[in-house]
Amino acid sequence: MQRRDFLLGLATFIALMPVKVFAALWNKAAFESVQLKDASKYLNVNAEIPSTDIQIVAPDRAENGAIVQVEVKSNIADTEAIAIFVEKNPTPLIANFIFSNGAEPYVVTRIKMAETSDIKVVIKAGDQYFTNAKNVVVLENGCG
Amino acid sequence: MDNMKMRAQLKGDYVEVKVLMSHPMETGRRKDDFGQLVPAHFVQLVTATLNGKTVLEAQWGTGVSKNPYLTFRLKGAKVGDIVAVTWHDNQGATATQDIGVTQA
Repeated sequence: MQRRDFLLGLATFIALMPVKVFAALWNKAAFESVQLKDASKYLNVNAEIPSTDIQIVAPDRAENGAIVQVEVKSNIADTEAIAIFVEKNPTPLIANFIFSNGAEPYVVTRIKMAETSDIKVVIKAGDQYFTNAKNVVVLENGCG
Repeated sequence: MDNMKMRAQLKGDYVEVKVLMSHPMETGRRKDDFGQLVPAHFVQLVTATLNGKTVLEAQWGTGVSKNPYLTFRLKGAKVGDIVAVTWHDNQGATATQDIGVTQA
């Protein structure tokens, strides 16, 4: 092999490497699912148990679907992850937060809502999944 | 584009971290003024560390609002500890910011 080709190959490899590592980490199948049930499936969610120990704070009515603030707090022991879905968005999975080393199962973020929909939260605690939902009436579409 | 605003405050028995990132969060479905689709451009991964130890890993889709806002809480952190947040987007851009914990 020519030295130049080798170096070029090496440079390409290095340039692509972090993207590849990172792509493996991001759950493409789940985030690109257009049906909520498919997104759940790709997150390996099974047998969701309804639970009021999941607190969801969001407005009853949102003027602008582009920015809807959501607060989620889990009172379920050993909560490891909080996933947020908007059932009627073009791609329902919004975010999945994984907690470790003393982070509380609590998160506040702002999300887009295409239309009036439930915000569905799924909590992972060990091998079990718990869920709760909050309906938000959206007056103006927030998805471009 | 790579700036981030952060605050980490000790509030009783936990530290509350607030982060405001500057990012367009394009879904890939929006059309510009000329009717052309704007390519998807969004943060996919956010990680937070406390004194170098991972405390939060978030995967995001296009449904997080433009200029993402995030609050999280850490147990067992104290004044002077360092909280760092890093994001990576789908176009390979990344940004990192850290801040020391202060008393609320």
